[in-house]
Amino acid sequence: MISKQAPEVNAGSMADIAFLLLIFFLVTTTMDVDKGLTRMLPPPLDPSTPPPPEIKNRNVFSVLINSRDQLLVKNAPGNIETLREQTKEFLLNPNNDPSLSEQPLFSERSSLSEKERLAYEILGDIRVSRGVISLQNDRGTSYDVYIKVQNELAAAINEIRNELAVEIFGVEFDKLRSEEQMEAIRTAVPMRISEAEPKDVGGNK
Amino acid sequence: MAKFQKKKSTSSPAISTASLPDIIFMLLFFFMVTTTMRETTLFVKIVSPEATEVQKLEKKALVSYIYIGTPLQANVYGSEPRIQLNDAFSNISDISEFVAAERESKDEADRPFITTSLRIDKDTKMGIVTDVKQELRKSNALRINYSTRQVGNLKL
Repeated sequence: MISKQAPEVNAGSMADIAFLLLIFFLVTTTMDVDKGLTRMLPPPLDPSTPPPPEIKNRNVFSVLINSRDQLLVKNAPGNIETLREQTKEFLLNPNNDPSLSEQPLFSERSSLSEKERLAYEILGDIRVSRGVISLQNDRGTSYDVYIKVQNELAAAINEIRNELAVEIFGVEFDKLRSEEQMEAIRTAVPMRISEAEPKDVGGNK
Repeated sequence: MAKFQKKKSTSSPAISTASLPDIIFMLLFFFMVTTTMRETTLFVKIVSPEATEVQKLEKKALVSYIYIGTPLQANVYGSEPRIQLNDAFSNISDISEFVAAERESKDEADRPFITTSLRIDKDTKMGIVTDVKQELRKSNALRINYSTRQVGNLKL
């Protein structure tokens, strides 16, 4: 009796086909994940909007980088190794130094925004820094140093957030479960790094 | 009558390769899922700076890239840092057009989340970076990401 079944397809070359596809994908794709420091640029200046209110001098942490990659932190020569500690000290101001940033309690502030009121409810009456970091660089500053400074400033803020999260919720900031808690801490310790227009003192080499 | 005994073969039986395609397919799917297509050919040398406080860029479809670095073919294009957009060297003035085109190609609901990733060589001076940033500000592409490599400890 003749079998009615179709003859079996030879699958021996299946491995070769799969290999070919595999090699094609290996060649045409990249594995690198995109990582980096995310920042928001300030919106373009609009002449019709009123200038933002002046910030008190003691609340500004100014970091200047010149064309030789030297730092000027709060009008004194600075060092990148100590920048992180200095930033933390400025923002936390543990000894209530009048030259460092103001630390009003939530309840002491005259007005709270919607976000701040939420943070007040979740975190309780804590001291929140009014400090703003101002970063200015020269056209001749090297990108590497600029990124290092940005990184140290971000690291200082992340450390403060971590400490606050541990103090209030008992876990580190990254391990917080709820989005509201994270948002509250982000509001209490904002990443306020403003960038001034760059100078061109060192010459554009 | 004497009977010759057939010599028994001493070699071990062949290993079945029937599951080889499955293994290769598994590898294939692994690579297809974990990797992304290479979109552009780089004409500039880029060694990313290092940082510790990095964030991962989410939604890769909403990221447009600007590359800045010294040209790989320095004898043809010179050794000054140049900007590369898509597949060509560009000038500062081309950026606003590039941003507009990128914005146009994305879905309207996603437009506020468009991020511009700046892939810049670490030996570049800030002058050209600043020009690019000012141009991005003018064209309202405010979310930027300085592309860096993640390291555990930064050498200062």
